[in-house]
Amino acid sequence: MSAEPTSHEPAPRTPDAWIAQVPCEPGASKPDPILTATGVRRSFGGLTAVDVEHLEVQRNTITALIGPNGAGKTTFFNLLTGFDEVNEGAWSFDGTPMRDIAPHRTAKLGMVRTFQLTKSLTRLSVIENMRLGASRQKGERFWAAPFKPLWKAEEAANTARAEALLERFKLGHMRDEYAGSLSGGQRKLLEMARALMVEPSMIMLDEPMAGVNPALKQSLLDHIRSLKDEGRTVLFVEHDMDMVHEISDWVIVMAEGRIIAEGPPHVIGANQAVIDAYLGAHQNTDIGMSS
Amino acid sequence: MNWSLIFSNAIYAAIGVQAIGFALAAMGLNIHFGYTGLLNFGQAGFLLIGAYSVAIPVTVWGWNLFVCLPFVVITASLFALLLGIPTLKLRSDYLAIVTIAAAEILRLLVSTPKWTSWSGGTDGINSFTDDFRNAVPNPSAQYKLWKQPFTGYDLWVMIFGWTLVALFALLTWALIRSPWGRVLRSIREDEDAARSLGKNVFSYKMISLVLGGVIGAFGGVVLAIGNQTANPITFRTELTFFAYAILVLGGVGKVKGPIIGAMIFWFVISFSQEFLKNITDEIGWRAPEWLITANNFPFVRFMIVGGGLALLVVFRPQGIFGNRKEQAFDVR
Repeated sequence: MSAEPTSHEPAPRTPDAWIAQVPCEPGASKPDPILTATGVRRSFGGLTAVDVEHLEVQRNTITALIGPNGAGKTTFFNLLTGFDEVNEGAWSFDGTPMRDIAPHRTAKLGMVRTFQLTKSLTRLSVIENMRLGASRQKGERFWAAPFKPLWKAEEAANTARAEALLERFKLGHMRDEYAGSLSGGQRKLLEMARALMVEPSMIMLDEPMAGVNPALKQSLLDHIRSLKDEGRTVLFVEHDMDMVHEISDWVIVMAEGRIIAEGPPHVIGANQAVIDAYLGAHQNTDIGMSS
Repeated sequence: MNWSLIFSNAIYAAIGVQAIGFALAAMGLNIHFGYTGLLNFGQAGFLLIGAYSVAIPVTVWGWNLFVCLPFVVITASLFALLLGIPTLKLRSDYLAIVTIAAAEILRLLVSTPKWTSWSGGTDGINSFTDDFRNAVPNPSAQYKLWKQPFTGYDLWVMIFGWTLVALFALLTWALIRSPWGRVLRSIREDEDAARSLGKNVFSYKMISLVLGGVIGAFGGVVLAIGNQTANPITFRTELTFFAYAILVLGGVGKVKGPIIGAMIFWFVISFSQEFLKNITDEIGWRAPEWLITANNFPFVRFMIVGGGLALLVVFRPQGIFGNRKEQAFDVR
């Protein structure tokens, strides 16, 4: 347990140097973006769910995507990862244009996502969930699959990697249980660990903290930090403001499908537009009932 | 009451042509439904394709029957592609609708009088098994399984059929334990999760549909050769539902599930049929006319099987070989 790289947690992290150079405004350009999106629009009937003029995500950072309910965060995630189709717009990931790319191709390119409602494969064991994550497996080809010697070594290597990740996420003792028997928080951990089996350069987490008990939260935060230390880029959607403040380098705020503010967490916390978006511009007017 | 005849009949039914044909049909469905989560309600169509892909080339084009066996793989695969290309990108219910309709279309096509010279219409095709008969030693020898007589031809059909069952069971087992099988099972659980991990879900579903379809088609081949007829009546929609019943009975998602399921299913069907016949013929007992007419009385066997299945679903939902624990985490 003590092998966990949690030692950096008490000391305040020094902000990355690039942050000072980037203006705090929507669509600000970054020195080394891994993801660049321009004019991404998606409407459902008359409702425009996403209308992002320009967005860049800096490489090897933890970027938070926040906004009130219905702001279009998850839809934007779905568009970027190919799970939904845009009406117009273009984006590139690590230099590769991504529009009209199938979801499984985005994962192969190194951009992996998790889901707001956890998708653990309940009737597969935890270790099978993990092994599934490994990319480019010979044993996943139909013609090679019946012949075990062709994929035995590869499977052993994947299993070793999976076990190491399970230990790191403190799921080692659940190795052979069905994923369906895990608690909600454990499923979140499993989904994140499984995504890491793909060895992504960018990982997109949709509400990683939802339904996770407070005791587990701190270790989840550590896991997300360690992703950055490994050189990965993290983009996450979250409602938990403490978490956003604690671990993100940069915060992007969406409201009604648009990006209304960008900046480091302490700047965003004081931004009037953000406060208005969350609480409504007429926060002092009594609406008669609380939701 | 002639118990020895009833039992020998039932045992023969459990290892006979019907059991083999339905075991293969259910094994194909197990690939589709049990491992991939595809709702194929048109398995009868694949069996029909298998039967007629042997019967038509032999009678119309004069092919050798054994040359038709690889041809069955081609036609069944084409049928699967035809069904899969428009539907596998959609939700699973669409496949269910399309497959049930396609199977009926095929059955009506081969029954239509317009193409009687090809498909034999409602009479079917009846004389295409000579190659098989000539290939086996002593086809007209007489054997007995206890009280049940059968011929050398029947014996060789059973050997041929059970060999196919064994080969496909081995293939299924080898595929399902592999990482390829793991992707199939992940698609059954949640195809978006599989996609998010970089798996080409459409292509896996397609291969699954083709594989299960080809296995089912060979079920049709065995039924046709065994019954020495390819007849549209054999391939009605209820064939698919019997195959599903067999799959649920034996255990969904288990390699031996559909095989043992088919044996038990046909044992029970034959046993209750002969038992009811004995009651009426030998003992002279008659069901009251206001309850059920004498003509319909034999169909009580399906009530027995249906009631048994209902009890099974209540008390042992995982089937005979299924895993209760696995069943408990149903995602749907």
